[in-house]
Amino acid sequence: MSGFGEIAVSALICLGAFFLFVGSFGLAKLPDLMRRLHGPTKATTLGIGALLIASMLYFILEDEIVSLHELLITTFLFLTAPVTALMVAKAHILLDKEDQEKLPPTGREVGWSVLDAPQTHEAKKS
Amino acid sequence: MLKTLLPHPLLTLLIVLMWILLSGFSVGSAAFGLILGVAIPRLTSAYWPDRTRIGSPLTIVEYALIVLWDIVVANFQVAYLILFRRGDDLHSQFVTIPLDLRTPEAITALAGTITMTPGTVSASLSADGRALLVHCLETNDPEQTVAGIKSRYESRLQRIFET
Amino acid sequence: MIAISCTVAFIAISAAMLLCLYRVLVGPDMPTRILALDTLTINAIALVVLIGIYWNTGLYFEAALLFAMVGFLTTVAYCKYILRGNVME
Repeated sequence: MSGFGEIAVSALICLGAFFLFVGSFGLAKLPDLMRRLHGPTKATTLGIGALLIASMLYFILEDEIVSLHELLITTFLFLTAPVTALMVAKAHILLDKEDQEKLPPTGREVGWSVLDAPQTHEAKKS
Repeated sequence: MLKTLLPHPLLTLLIVLMWILLSGFSVGSAAFGLILGVAIPRLTSAYWPDRTRIGSPLTIVEYALIVLWDIVVANFQVAYLILFRRGDDLHSQFVTIPLDLRTPEAITALAGTITMTPGTVSASLSADGRALLVHCLETNDPEQTVAGIKSRYESRLQRIFET
Repeated sequence: MIAISCTVAFIAISAAMLLCLYRVLVGPDMPTRILALDTLTINAIALVVLIGIYWNTGLYFEAALLFAMVGFLTTVAYCKYILRGNVME
């Protein structure tokens, strides 16, 4: 493998590991759940992304195999990370009475869907 | 005829592509991917009656590039905030974003984008689906944050999904 | 050089997993533990991919993919349980 490729792969591995560490560090350090949520959802996606790009580059340069499984994992994680964050945030809002009072008004006549019953499709039409 | 056979042509294409990526390219895997791509949209079309409309591919590519760039920038910003600021000093708060988008696909895309980009996490939707609850990690000017999200992402999504 | 950066990354990710484990054990509430478990899975995926690079084998991608899928499903199931009281309705 050429020197430049080796440096690029090493740099991407270190970058990915750094972001993964920062994400978990934020999870451990920050004081409440809504703030903790920011660390893992962002830092880990780029962390995993950089690691998977490094892995793809490594297999292309070292074995001359173009492996596309990494792309699949990256896409999957980028699609699922917002869903997990949303579900955790909703569970938190449902359980935490203090944060419920801090929520801003919706600007509509109904409340937030976690606390207020969602309108059904039929009710919206009428 | 074509509509009963392929209720969601884009979904069919996506499934075939995913299957080939997953099992390696060969004639056999492509054929089985095609079978899955025809069967799955037909079996699930009862739960998903409306066909999604998508604007021109160029706008989608532009949007994807902007979001990818923002994800990279967001990561460095959040890493800085996590490493060098005390957790209690961060000015975090909830803000409400009134939505102009109406289709569920567009709102899902917007909520996902907000979660992935600088210091914001989408936390809930109003019960009638017209406002989005967003938590900001560090903000001094909530109005500006809302305006930024609306002009940067929502207007582009409106062009993609609701032209 | 790649071996050295792999070692550094192994240490960083293991430390990250320990921090997640701390959050799983300490809590203080249920959603925090769920979030910590989810982050733990993501770190495990990273570790699996890194082992693939370190040993120069592509065998582990299916494992990483399975981790990603199972991790996502368990997180959603836990949250669903908190939100609605059961998982399947």
